[in-house]
Amino acid sequence: MTNHWVDIKNADLILIMGGNAAEAHPCGFKWVTEAKAHNKAKLIVVDPRFNRSASVADVYAPIRVGTDIVFLGGLINHLLVNDKIQHEYVLNYTDMSFIVKDEFAFNEGLYSGYNADKRSYDKSSWDYVFGEDGYVKTDPTLKHPRCVYNLLKQHYARYTVDMVERVCGTPKDKIALIWDMIASTSTKDRVMTIMYALGWTQHSIGSQNVRSGAMVQLLLGNIGIAGGGMNALRGHSNIQGLTDIGLMSDLLPGYLTLPKQDEQDYKAYLAKRTQKPLRPNQMAYWQNYPKFHVSLMKSWWGDAATADNNWCFDYLPKLDKPYDMLQAYELMNQGKMNGYICQGFNPLASAPNKGKLVSAFSKLKFMVSMDPLETETISFWQNHGALNDVDPSKIQTEVFRLPTTSFAEENGAIVNSSRWLQWHWKGAEPPGEARSDIEIMSELFHRIKAMYVKDGGAYWDPIRDLAWKYSNPEVPTPEEIAMEYNGKALADVHDPKDATKLVRKAGEQVAGFAELRDDGSTACGCWIYAGAWTQAGNQMARRDNSDPSGIGNTIGWAWAWPANRRVMYNRASCDTSGKPFDPKRKLIAWNGKTWGGVDVPDFSPTSDPEDGMGPFIMNPEGVARFFARGGMAEGPFPEHYEPFDTPLAKNPLSPEQPLTLNNPIARVFQSDLAQIGKPDEFPHVATTYRLTEHFHFWTKHGLLNSITQPEQFVEIGEALAKELGIPNGSRVRVSSKRGHIEAVAMVTKRIKALQIDGKTVHQVGIPIHWGFLGAAKPGYLANTLTNAIGDGNSQTPESKCILVKVEKA
Amino acid sequence: MSAMTRRQFLKVTGTTLVGSSLALLGFSPEVALAEVREYKLTRATETRNTCTYCSVACGLLMYSLGDGAKNAHSNIFHIEGDPDHPVNRGTLCPKGAGLIDVIHSKSRLKYPEYRAPGSDKWLRLSWDDALDRIAKLMKADRDANFVVRNEAGQTVNRWLTTGMLAASATSNETAVLTHKVVRSMGMLAFDNQARV
Amino acid sequence: MALQSLDIIRRSATTLPAPQARGAHAGEVAKLIDVTKCIGCKACQVACMEWNDLRDEVGTCTGHYDNPHDLSDQSWTLMRFAEYENPKGDLEWLIRKDGCMHCADPGCLKACPSPGAIVQYANGIVDFHEENCIGCGYCVTGCPFNVPRISKKDHKAYKCTLCSDRISVGLEPACVKTCPTGAITFGSKEAMQQHAAERIEDLKSRGFDQAGLYDPAGVGGTHVMYVLHHADQPQLYSGLPENPKISAMVGLWKGISKPLGLLAILATAAAGFLHYVGIGPNETDEGDEEAARRELEKTP
Repeated sequence: MTNHWVDIKNADLILIMGGNAAEAHPCGFKWVTEAKAHNKAKLIVVDPRFNRSASVADVYAPIRVGTDIVFLGGLINHLLVNDKIQHEYVLNYTDMSFIVKDEFAFNEGLYSGYNADKRSYDKSSWDYVFGEDGYVKTDPTLKHPRCVYNLLKQHYARYTVDMVERVCGTPKDKIALIWDMIASTSTKDRVMTIMYALGWTQHSIGSQNVRSGAMVQLLLGNIGIAGGGMNALRGHSNIQGLTDIGLMSDLLPGYLTLPKQDEQDYKAYLAKRTQKPLRPNQMAYWQNYPKFHVSLMKSWWGDAATADNNWCFDYLPKLDKPYDMLQAYELMNQGKMNGYICQGFNPLASAPNKGKLVSAFSKLKFMVSMDPLETETISFWQNHGALNDVDPSKIQTEVFRLPTTSFAEENGAIVNSSRWLQWHWKGAEPPGEARSDIEIMSELFHRIKAMYVKDGGAYWDPIRDLAWKYSNPEVPTPEEIAMEYNGKALADVHDPKDATKLVRKAGEQVAGFAELRDDGSTACGCWIYAGAWTQAGNQMARRDNSDPSGIGNTIGWAWAWPANRRVMYNRASCDTSGKPFDPKRKLIAWNGKTWGGVDVPDFSPTSDPEDGMGPFIMNPEGVARFFARGGMAEGPFPEHYEPFDTPLAKNPLSPEQPLTLNNPIARVFQSDLAQIGKPDEFPHVATTYRLTEHFHFWTKHGLLNSITQPEQFVEIGEALAKELGIPNGSRVRVSSKRGHIEAVAMVTKRIKALQIDGKTVHQVGIPIHWGFLGAAKPGYLANTLTNAIGDGNSQTPESKCILVKVEKA
Repeated sequence: MSAMTRRQFLKVTGTTLVGSSLALLGFSPEVALAEVREYKLTRATETRNTCTYCSVACGLLMYSLGDGAKNAHSNIFHIEGDPDHPVNRGTLCPKGAGLIDVIHSKSRLKYPEYRAPGSDKWLRLSWDDALDRIAKLMKADRDANFVVRNEAGQTVNRWLTTGMLAASATSNETAVLTHKVVRSMGMLAFDNQARV
Repeated sequence: MALQSLDIIRRSATTLPAPQARGAHAGEVAKLIDVTKCIGCKACQVACMEWNDLRDEVGTCTGHYDNPHDLSDQSWTLMRFAEYENPKGDLEWLIRKDGCMHCADPGCLKACPSPGAIVQYANGIVDFHEENCIGCGYCVTGCPFNVPRISKKDHKAYKCTLCSDRISVGLEPACVKTCPTGAITFGSKEAMQQHAAERIEDLKSRGFDQAGLYDPAGVGGTHVMYVLHHADQPQLYSGLPENPKISAMVGLWKGISKPLGLLAILATAAAGFLHYVGIGPNETDEGDEEAARRELEKTP
């Protein structure tokens, strides 16, 4: 979230699209009902089905799954054509005036530089024109035909309201009503927030869905404003933390990145990431990359990391490609992996294409689960009849399951969608012999290290030198590790502008990332968390919930990254002179000397507005980008591509180009390509989702939630039920190219057939929560049906769009 | 008569609700001065925590038996929302309100278990046996498949044949420790639940 | 301090008047359920079961979101879902939290033949004391909202207590506290009426011209009230009764016919009662309940 849960109450308009906050985040959704009740806000829900969020919406509109870019592209066109944009904001805080290279082009769904064999782009033409001073050329009059504003207008001119109705199936009167409501927030005194979740991300074009939403918000001047923003509703309690700490194939903590194998030269590795300003007087915050990186390496490898060995740069594994989950399962299924460890994760249930997963897991030599609960994953070898039809005697995998503590039995911090790090306390001992994940990881590490010490083996210097300065090395405490990721001074740290001024004494916790250095004098396990546990103690455990301004920021409650800031990009809430665009939503302001207010400024605290520093300090331009340059794999502007399982034969936006029916750069493994569904065989469009009574595959292990939603069902509209002769409450079989499930049919008015490109398309809803274990009625894993094709940028699986066939069971 | 239904009973009595007030007929149960149920949290130990499910991160109050005395084994028996928490303000959704049943689920694992190749059952193991065996399997795979240099001769120091999924609800502290352990071994097939 | 017998203002089947000196001078309590804010998440159901140490059966899906399917001795509240297409052609998902209304004039209490099995406190709560319950089911019949349920296990009647154990120590009921969207609120009846008025004004501004408060006079008003978008059509909300009234026979029985009735019992039903006391309460099933209700309704 750029903003935070409570801040939603400041909105005038709320768009929930690509998510279902009432269902998946009910206590966060409370702030939507607060905005409605006390701020006269209106709620719009756009979703394939009339869901629980829609049940309290002012306006609901249906949409075909996988067509959000068309709806949002049409909206962008509507805002531009009718000039419903926040001019001062757009002109000064975005790249609208920037001039783009002449070589950049777009035709029939493809951008310049496409290589069909490699399914990728040469992105060199996707850039600005630079002047001799090294800065981007701009045209503040927005008249230049190659300025971003005009290219954007041109790109979305094709996204007409007729096109939207034809592709999305949304009735035209609803489209018009919603677009006008949204356009009303282009004024300085009205603001919309967007709340989305996996309904936007689990697509082959998911990242571009999100980008489209962000572009709408930038046009309306709604980013950085209280009650506005782009608010990603993260799914799990600490998936924000796990992402921040970089537990992904290609990341390091704090959104630093692992080197690719071509990056053999340490200085070049740093230089590429140390972005210099593209416009005069810009902060370009990533100029600090080396400070964060060196401090991380000091945190990991302590004294072994020195300037001479490039701070142990060679200890980092180098990538030849991303090894995300989908890639791992492909390799596993090809027999190229031997071991797999699942820490509190149930991929057999959560990841796509269950059949492929069982096949992949069966080829492993060993598999380990650390979990408080039994999971389908670690029981993949068990026969559960039709629900998991395997022969254990034919599966040679050695399998371990290790019992862990639950949240209630440990101390520690987790990070919510608002980026708040909140400390929690242990309330009881775990059952039986369960141990904490910290203890288990620590024990495994010590055992492996001891074997290397004794017997030697493959390059183990990084294991030998890994810093492990805990009071009890066998069982590090959460408190010690929290202090480690906050970071501390290893030597006295002085002010770079005044060497006589001591900033931080050796041995002390740093107060924030501004104190980190690239000379080895500081160590920090995750730079964006610097400030979480300072000399003043554990800031994450703070419990002052006072909110004197009434805007809801409660900056004394817990601690938010970065720097305890509650609304990101809050500089953009003020005009170029430093005054809030809307005085009743004041977050910060320029007082003539400094920036300050009820939030921590996302800006240089002493930068005079006259200096012209832009509010988007992480971008070297200082402004937000409509034109993504090379930042996105598909191209600088979001373009619609059909899901891989699509009911259409041609992409209505680029009908002449067969390569652009689906995302032309999505990574597709051959084995998955063979499992793409076609509408003649699988005529119905289905989507998967959560229900409010359950959390993924956990709550089915508890009685209370199993009682309130006991048995697997699928939702189908009355028209489809009538066509197929399916009575409500009877059993149906739903099959896709990947497999089938059986469930109770819930026949409902909440899903309506849509008219798409001249034909009737029925949508089917598939809740995900059942499996072959637990207290609820056993059911099929819904991911039996989904396919393993991922988003072009993030490799998020396309679980929201599948072609199925529904029939009587 | 023993199969008499309520409807028949009403018919037999010849009246309907007139067949009331047993007390006046001397059929009264012993007079009990009924009280409401006692409030069950009076001296329970209250611990603050955060809901483990979604990213709203609602504040919880967990109530456990025992006051911390050495001889009392704490047991959480009730959970409700923390009214001080700025986001949930004491509320909990059906998942959070039902947390107690997941803490005490029959599916909670209590000791390490092992399933041998081709077997159809779990066997109980000691922690030492389990961790020793896993560590040996990991080291053997790493030693056999670690890549110091790729075909182009570039230093890559990576281990691709064993992978790990990190959780989505473990603490930052678990994540930080896990990340550094995993990277020190050169593992790249490392992911979390950010996408699903 | 728990609510005590001394706070009781009415007891079932008791001829002696209850102590009445104490009053709810700060106002009687009330729970307001704003169905227009309700997302049907069932947190109230879960919190109710959790607080009251109840666990209903893990049931089945019958093509509806309503789970469990009905109130029971283990489910004292539940969400009832109705899909309604309004005259404009837009769909509305009308979700109502069902449960005891805590009537000011409680039909269950009036119908109950067992002394002290049903009581009413000065603060307005109508509570069942199961240790005194004989399982006759008259409360079920006497209730115009069809709320009490007889346990198959112990043959006693159960329903929402309005968390009398929490209220007695100054807390709100479990369902109220947990409600994520603030659809359920709790306070004095006056405060709830005022809050409802604000909500109704907001709803009218959003085009719900018939928005209103459900606080039916036929039962003397209730201590659980609803804000409805369509107060003119309460039956849209899974059959919420339009004009709930205590059955005429209950009223009659508690009034003039009581002595006559007692005579009638003595004269005509001794055998039945002997059976009752000797063998214990009879099993009832839903069909039987329904038939009994019809029988009662036929009675003049």
